[in-house]
Amino acid sequence: MLRENGFGSGPTSGGKTNGAPVNGDPPIRIGVYVCHCGTNIARTVDVERVTEKAGELPGVTIARDYKYMCSDPGQELIKEDIEELGLNRIVVASCSPNLHEGTFRGATAAGGLNPFFFQMVNIREHASWVHEDRESATDKAIDLVRAAVRRVHHHKALETRRVPIKPEVLVVGGGIAGISAALTLADGGKHVYLIEREASIGGHMAQFDKTFPTLDCAACILTPKMTQVRNHPNITLMTMTEVVKVDGFVGSYEVTVKHRPRFIDVSLCVGCQQCIDACVYKRGKFEDEFDAGLSMRKPIYLPNAQAVPQVVLIDPEQCIQFSSGKCKQTCVEACDRDAIFFDQEERIETLDVGAIIMATGFQTFDARRSPHYGYGIYPNVYTALEVERLVNASGPTGGEIVLRDGEKPTAVGIVHCVGSRNQKSNPWCSKVCCMYSLKLAHLIKEKTDAEVYNFYIDMRTPGKGFEEFYQRVASEGTHLIRGKVASVYQQADGDGELLVDVEDTLAGMVRRIPVDMLVLAVGLEPRYDAEEVRRTFNITCSGDGWFMERHPKLAPVDTFTDGVYLAGCCQGPKDIPETVAQAGAAAGQALALIGRGYMELEPNTAQVIAEDCSGCKTCIPLCPYQAILHDDAENRAEINEVLCKGCGVCVAACPSGSIVQNLFEDTEIYEEIEGVLAYA
Amino acid sequence: MRPNIRTEADRSPEFARWITSLPGAEKIRECMHCGLCSASCPLFAYMDYSPRQLMHLGREGFRDDVLGSFTIWLCTSCYQCTVECPRQIPVTEIMYALKRRAIEEKVYTPHLPIPVLAREFRRMVTDRGRISESWLVMKLLLKTGVHRMFGMVGLGWDLVRTGRFSLRKETIRDRGDLARMLEAVGSDAEAVS
Amino acid sequence: MKKLAYYPGCSLSGTGRAYDESLRAVFAALGEPLEELDDWNCCGATSYMSIDKGKAYALASRNLALAEREDADLLTPCNACYLVLEKTRRHLAESAEMGGRVRHALDAVGLGYAGVVRARHPLEVLTQDIGVERLKEAVKEPLKGLKIAPYYGCQIVRPYATFDDQYHPQTMDQLLKATGAKVVEYPFKTRCCGASQTGTLPEVGLHLVYRLLNEAKARGADVLAVICSLCHFNLDVYQSKVRREYDLEPIPILYFSQILGLALGVPAKKLGIDRCVVSATPVLERRAAHAA
Repeated sequence: MLRENGFGSGPTSGGKTNGAPVNGDPPIRIGVYVCHCGTNIARTVDVERVTEKAGELPGVTIARDYKYMCSDPGQELIKEDIEELGLNRIVVASCSPNLHEGTFRGATAAGGLNPFFFQMVNIREHASWVHEDRESATDKAIDLVRAAVRRVHHHKALETRRVPIKPEVLVVGGGIAGISAALTLADGGKHVYLIEREASIGGHMAQFDKTFPTLDCAACILTPKMTQVRNHPNITLMTMTEVVKVDGFVGSYEVTVKHRPRFIDVSLCVGCQQCIDACVYKRGKFEDEFDAGLSMRKPIYLPNAQAVPQVVLIDPEQCIQFSSGKCKQTCVEACDRDAIFFDQEERIETLDVGAIIMATGFQTFDARRSPHYGYGIYPNVYTALEVERLVNASGPTGGEIVLRDGEKPTAVGIVHCVGSRNQKSNPWCSKVCCMYSLKLAHLIKEKTDAEVYNFYIDMRTPGKGFEEFYQRVASEGTHLIRGKVASVYQQADGDGELLVDVEDTLAGMVRRIPVDMLVLAVGLEPRYDAEEVRRTFNITCSGDGWFMERHPKLAPVDTFTDGVYLAGCCQGPKDIPETVAQAGAAAGQALALIGRGYMELEPNTAQVIAEDCSGCKTCIPLCPYQAILHDDAENRAEINEVLCKGCGVCVAACPSGSIVQNLFEDTEIYEEIEGVLAYA
Repeated sequence: MRPNIRTEADRSPEFARWITSLPGAEKIRECMHCGLCSASCPLFAYMDYSPRQLMHLGREGFRDDVLGSFTIWLCTSCYQCTVECPRQIPVTEIMYALKRRAIEEKVYTPHLPIPVLAREFRRMVTDRGRISESWLVMKLLLKTGVHRMFGMVGLGWDLVRTGRFSLRKETIRDRGDLARMLEAVGSDAEAVS
Repeated sequence: MKKLAYYPGCSLSGTGRAYDESLRAVFAALGEPLEELDDWNCCGATSYMSIDKGKAYALASRNLALAEREDADLLTPCNACYLVLEKTRRHLAESAEMGGRVRHALDAVGLGYAGVVRARHPLEVLTQDIGVERLKEAVKEPLKGLKIAPYYGCQIVRPYATFDDQYHPQTMDQLLKATGAKVVEYPFKTRCCGASQTGTLPEVGLHLVYRLLNEAKARGADVLAVICSLCHFNLDVYQSKVRREYDLEPIPILYFSQILGLALGVPAKKLGIDRCVVSATPVLERRAAHAA
């Protein structure tokens, strides 16, 4: 449908040809384009009425509606109208500017106009998606369009700013996601800072034994990657390091990191472990984190056998030297490289990078939060991560699956969905548990010949080779019982034997099954400090606490903060292949950004009107970016346009109104308000 | 025994609407059949339909199967299912509503003592404001078969012996107020179909 | 501490007399004698709720309104009364429709309810308001050597865990330990006793009772401590029937308040110890002899 003012002679022609010229410039000729977005908008908003009303507005030369404005023909419409009808302002009423502002500015520019003679109206997220009543949703859309039309009258031609992009990249987190991203970037010739909070890289994957569905050994495929990281000339690896502050913006981030003291000089230690043997503790006394607490270590220890870097560390909470100051320091004596320094201190460092990849991973659900399974009370109840260590040849039992009393289990239950798919804990499906539970079932059966029962709600095995693996485990005689275990009870006289009650929903009866080992397939959840990390990096989390991608389909590794990308489980549960693929994508995005060499920034900066400024300095301490200086000679404020982020604080604060901001000039804002309030 | 086949004619869409409109019960639609309610139910072993199956029959609208089920009368309101349900379905409260509707529509096994107990209980509370246990039990026995009384003799003697068998008719002072109050609260609309 | 109006509930004047007697004695011994709520009525229990929801809520709310008039909370020893009163309080706050109906009904008899009254269980009051330390100091006859299985039953921690852990409640354990007795590990702490099914469907109810008793025996308990008169009735009065069906040694059932009373030096007679069908006297005498 077409509404023309001045050109057509239809009933909707307003007669009034053009809007009032601004400052003696040529008359304003606006084109308004209302998008159906398929049925996304058109179902709830009467787009034809919006178009009709827009056509009657002063200054509007043409108003059209179209099924998909973002499509090629949609953009072509804008371009052609500019050329043929002499338009000099464009308004598109469609979706969020986050999605397509760039698209339509491009179309505006393609028609030969300055791209800032464009204004976007969001009638999808702000109208059709959030309202049910068609009548009022349409009225609202009309109001929003009117506001934009009045605003765009006052738009000015602006130039985008270009700033160079620093070619270094920061990767936060040294699990398989961070390792993969770092190697891709480094192989692409970019310098990478890979920082890891723990003493070794490797993350959760390093703790696993076999990986599903192919059952290849996790260490065999991961360890070479870890070594590559260590040896790569383009990677600076920093373990025991955390980010404390992020300043700057895309292309030019300034990241403050904190190195926790290891009490060992990383450049001197060769991992000979003489110090550990020499420690005054004759045997391990503290729970080994890497073995999920199933073995004991000393206060001075190597994080794990494959650790990268192969460097020991001292836990100051446990070491006698720190608590009493009176240890014999046998470790120092034993170290022939003099690498131990009890006086090492925390160190702060600043890194300059152009892009950041977040690969901070996940934590497993704390099984104590589901108390009816008796984890932490009954010794024979294990988490899946503990069993991963038991199965692992380099684990606390050398790969033998034995109970805490050293006996081999004869009946093992595996409870799926622990902490997952539950409104009281985590409502989401953790995605990997069905497959890792089947893997554990296979490994346990292979190593112990025990009866294995998998208690599942729905068996979720979508993935390459996954369904075939499920079939294989079923064929091995694993009992697959569809039902969630309701209670676990340890008999008074049994030797730790557990009775589990579960409804076998397929048989329609409750079964009471004795097992001597119960494995809880704990789900994945955001790390405890995800919220804090999110704030530090100024990215967003979805309601469930995972870091949020910019678009669930089309920008799955971007965030709403330019130049910050996501890889791996910090964005949501995923398995190793998906994690590696996403890490590659994040690295690719970072490479694309850096490859461009410069960033185009919104020209939304503020300027001081020199003759009006009284030099009162009100604005200077308020600027969050230290972009305002005081020119002592002239006694006035001066804004550094490169540093200005366009937040508008100084504009609002200036007592004499002598600071103005591009794209947000007073007239533009007032006209927009007037427009939205001018409903009939 | 009812044959194990149902046609769409056996479904009552009204019943499905009613059950899912009970407070919180719209969540029945989200049931993923994990069976936690059944496996945690202390009375499960004696039920014809498991609580899980009952919730499903309800959301599908199989009124006769649900209201005729023994399951609803076995529920002791221990709330284990309600606490465990990962989808937060208020199973116990739904069981109450099903009992109310079954009583209202008189769909239950005639000699089942549970609804009889409920009715006698209500009568006594409405009349006197308090329950006198001994009288309540005797009424229950009279209504559901005097033969049961013989089995209770030993038990009754135990209570007499320990001074726990009271024939006093407990009552409150403001019985008139109580009656007026129960009158003023009106009747439930939920069971009206 | 907000004033407490004692709400014994119907069964404490009949089969549960010993609970009433021992509670009064314990609170008096601790210097906080109980005052009964004037003209309280039946809470409605599960039975009334099975027939008419509106009347059931009205019935329960009359007690809340009476307590509100006295500016008191309700000290509610029976699990079923506790749950019904707590459920009513919450439902009236959440449901405008039911709240309106019930307030209208209360208004008809000159009562009002603003929603500030809570039901409080003696376990909560004793652990939180009076405190385990004060109880410990008041103990005159430590019960050294007595092994107790603590049984909380349902409805006190479900569905609302208001003052104790839902899966592993501890308040009674703390009180019993303060008497010097040994509390045994009892995994069936919160399992259902069968409620009125022991009477209506004996074959169903008795099995549940059997499991609870058998487990207490298996864990080496001398007595089973309860906090609800219906639990007590099922476990004590039906025990002889259970023992006819199943192989089981007798085990006496005591209210937790009777045990506290013994430790506080209240004479057994005043605590209704002799009201148990399964006599607790042999166990208690054996312990006393052993300790001496």
